Amino acid sequence: MITPKVRAMAAALLLAAAGAQVAGAADFAAERRRMTQEIEALARQTGAETGRPAFDTRVMTAMDTVPRHEFVPAEQIDVAYANRPVPIGHGQTISQPYIVALMTDLAKAEPGHKVLEVGTGSGYQAAVMAQLAREVYSIEIVEPLGQQAMLRLRRLGYGNVQVRLGDGYHGWEEHAPFDAILVTAAASHVPPPLIRQLKPGGRMVIPLGAAFMVQQLMLIEKKPDGTVTTRQILPVAFVPLTGGR
Amino acid sequence: MAAAPLIAVALVSAAALAYEILLMRLFSVILWHHFAYMIISLALLGWGASGALLTLAQAAVRKHFAPLFCAAASGFGLGAIACFMLAQRVPFNPLEMFWDPRQPGWLLAVYLLLLLPFLCAGACVCMTLSRFRGQVSRIYSVDILGAGAGSLGIVALLFVLSPADALQLIGALGCVAAAVGWIECGGRRRWPALALLALAGVPLVLPSEWMAPAMSPYKELSQTLRIPGARVVAQRSSPLGLVSVVESPRIPLRHAPGLSLTASTEPPPQWGVFTDGEGLNALTRFDGRRGTLAHLDQISSALPYHLLRAPHVLVLGAGAGQDVLQAHYHGARRIDAVELNPQIVELVQGPFAAAAGGVYGPMAHVHVAEARGFIAASRERYDLIQVALLDSFSASSAGLYALAENYLYTVEALQDDLRHLQPGGLLAVTRWVTLPARDALKLFAAAVVALERSGVGDPASRLALIRSWKTATLLVKNGALTPEDIAAVKAFCVARSFDLAFYPGMRQGEANRFNVVEGPDLFDGAQALLGPERGEFMGRYKFHIEPATDDKPHFFHFFKWRSLPELLALKEQGGLPLIEWGYPVLVATLVQALVASLLLIGLPLAWVARSGALRGVSATPGVSRGRVLVYFLAIGFGFMFIEIAFIQKFVLFLSHPLYAIAVVLFAFLLFAGIGSGVSARLEGCPVLAVAAGIAMSAALCLLVLPWLFKHAMGLPDAARILIAVTLIAPLAFFMGMPFPLGLARVEAAEARLVPWAWGINGCASVTAAVLATLLAIHIGFTAVVVAALLLYGVAAAALPGGLDSASASPKDDRSSKRLDPRG
Repeated sequence: MITPKVRAMAAALLLAAAGAQVAGAADFAAERRRMTQEIEALARQTGAETGRPAFDTRVMTAMDTVPRHEFVPAEQIDVAYANRPVPIGHGQTISQPYIVALMTDLAKAEPGHKVLEVGTGSGYQAAVMAQLAREVYSIEIVEPLGQQAMLRLRRLGYGNVQVRLGDGYHGWEEHAPFDAILVTAAASHVPPPLIRQLKPGGRMVIPLGAAFMVQQLMLIEKKPDGTVTTRQILPVAFVPLTGGR
Repeated sequence: MAAAPLIAVALVSAAALAYEILLMRLFSVILWHHFAYMIISLALLGWGASGALLTLAQAAVRKHFAPLFCAAASGFGLGAIACFMLAQRVPFNPLEMFWDPRQPGWLLAVYLLLLLPFLCAGACVCMTLSRFRGQVSRIYSVDILGAGAGSLGIVALLFVLSPADALQLIGALGCVAAAVGWIECGGRRRWPALALLALAGVPLVLPSEWMAPAMSPYKELSQTLRIPGARVVAQRSSPLGLVSVVESPRIPLRHAPGLSLTASTEPPPQWGVFTDGEGLNALTRFDGRRGTLAHLDQISSALPYHLLRAPHVLVLGAGAGQDVLQAHYHGARRIDAVELNPQIVELVQGPFAAAAGGVYGPMAHVHVAEARGFIAASRERYDLIQVALLDSFSASSAGLYALAENYLYTVEALQDDLRHLQPGGLLAVTRWVTLPARDALKLFAAAVVALERSGVGDPASRLALIRSWKTATLLVKNGALTPEDIAAVKAFCVARSFDLAFYPGMRQGEANRFNVVEGPDLFDGAQALLGPERGEFMGRYKFHIEPATDDKPHFFHFFKWRSLPELLALKEQGGLPLIEWGYPVLVATLVQALVASLLLIGLPLAWVARSGALRGVSATPGVSRGRVLVYFLAIGFGFMFIEIAFIQKFVLFLSHPLYAIAVVLFAFLLFAGIGSGVSARLEGCPVLAVAAGIAMSAALCLLVLPWLFKHAMGLPDAARILIAVTLIAPLAFFMGMPFPLGLARVEAAEARLVPWAWGINGCASVTAAVLATLLAIHIGFTAVVVAALLLYGVAAAALPGGLDSASASPKDDRSSKRLDPRG
């Protein structure tokens, strides 16, 4: 039998905890704002040197909206909004926010677009994309990761994201073609089925490099006539020779 | 006086050296090579720390020698296992080093844990030295012989035992040494010896899974095994690496790096073959239908087959046979394949022979050999020499191989290859495309220099370079490229959306069309490297792209200090991955070793000075401490510089990295031991004479080696090993003398400085090993040898006098115990 005194204490504790949660959410929003501002500043700085325009405001709004702290493991929550890659278990990482913003920006998703993601990971990139596109389809090969991401995205109300477990090599035929495809899983080559599932005029973005070490991004564009061109993009403004060209 | 525990010292030395090599093996599986190198280098400071510790505790050693010795020996045995197991549980992740402020702390924890076993082993030898002064020369010789036996023993053992099993054995050996030590010291009671023997059983009964290396989850193998249903179906372990074959029945592995985006065919089912969890190499299931291999025509390395008809092909670095299949697909007349690791060949020829379609059976003549040595010894001339791409993209692009010597991509290697081409034959080398361009440019620069040195007046006429989005292939022709050749190159590229980077007569507008990068870096670079402004271009480039040579064989070293601040400032935008990590990690290792050495050398000296002052003892009567310090530092550095430089020189001559290290190291230890033993009888021998002996023997080696590379490479292995040992013998013989000569003077002048001198030598050896690699990157191995000779000159100047009979109590060379930790 719980005494009234204990009940009162429990109620007080619960109230205090709820208060802390509210305060926490506000803190996270502030952290997210700081993160977004940092990314904007970095993009401007890089853009000034590379001539690449600053990130689309819609991308930045999405970055400012998605609760990144919900996508990192509890023990990493204090660095959720730091501009750094974060380990999420299973040998996977969640990319540093600047790279997520850059990839999202390169994909040029529009409100009516259908986007495929190969390599769901934590689901963060899909959530950001879900703010910009109509439908997001995401495939994860590592089962526990995919299951967690599925539950997480559902819990957070991302109704326009569908996650499937399995091999992303053959894309997602039922929903093809896609306006944009993001391949975040490491691959030695670009799977031919994915190129087929890209709409004419569509864009595919692939980061190259190891965990914690995105070296460069590959942007594949399918022209309206079906021909494919690729571009290699360094996230940073670093020219091997300056003044010599 | 009781007898010194000679057998026990030999056992401890053998076990400690074996442990050092084994840790390198274990950490190469767990992490990556350069981090393994750093961790073990610093752990080896335990040797120096033992000298520091014993300087402070000499009275205790004199009073309780036997129990302390046994405690240290068994401490090594149990610590070797326990500390490794604990170190494995430290959540150190080098990839997070620059993001997570806790990581340096974890790294320190790993160092300190692994330092303990070496501290215990060092203490065993050092306290034996301090306690049994009349017998030190014998103590040192068994110590050195033990180390030599340990180095050879562990290499042999790792062919038959897993690293975890070998670790258990080393742990047991430490405890056995303790038991033997107790008996040798004449302990009256038997039970401690029996108890120690029983203790030796403990490591052996532990489940070996506890000691199995837990691979970083970020290595390629760990990542591949997360695919549902993927599992390791075969595993082989040797000192050359842990070979794992992965099967993924549910979701096929499809490895085709840089496959053309226009390709419509997929690779057939494959197994993944990994070495130390990295460097994925595809073992393709081949049912004999050539059409299933069509994807091998859709990668950049297929280019040479479009310029040749039914060629005789030599594949260097054949791995699991992907390039052999490619040659087969293109109708090669005859295929020779060279692979260094016999276990990979055994797997392909054995359990996987049928499924692999006889790739190393009827399809190709496979040779288990080191590529460079094979070429040098070969009398054949080939239509095509194909240098395969075996390292992994992620490790390569992160600069993880920066410290690794590689004799495949040096100017001399390319010259050797060119000599073995038929007229009109092609050399094809494929590398990963890194952005901004560095691998391909460095290779191109090496090819230009190789052609020039081979007497080709117009190198540009023989070169072609293309790139896919992930790989670049360089062609060097033995003869000028014809218009037909160039047309074939263009057609090949257009059909696959590959980019032209260079061919004779190419215009800039043709470059950078399909897979667009910010500017036509490769084309511009190739032009600059062929022109008169080559030197200036390489100097201005933000990566180090000067060609690798046999004397500076660090192909993967692209790091330039000048670019570091810029890249660090770009950290937030993702600039860190552009830093080639191997080099800065080496520098960090050096700095840490220096700081630790200063403490380990300085603190005991302060203690000695203070306690001496308290007791009213004046400064050293015979030798000044400053001179002692300079002397032991100089010979410690000199010894390691020569040892490491000659291991590298002989790697090329013995044409096998592993055997070279084993043979050279053993020869150095053996003859240094003999030299120091002989020095006991050379009363009054001035150090200057010994230094002159070292200089002359080293000069002889440096003079003879280039001649041998040219004329003796075709000799059988045994003959080349004999020649190597004959060359090393006089050098090592003299190098074994300075330490005992010096230590004898220290002992005569101020005996309590003996552990201190030991500590200096231990610290110098560790620092020198790291510094030698760093110096070799910049000035080459020959210059490292010259530096060593200067150091011996400095040593002779520091303690110029000979040995006077009163202090004749020679010892062997302690520094010879240290091994290049990359072994």
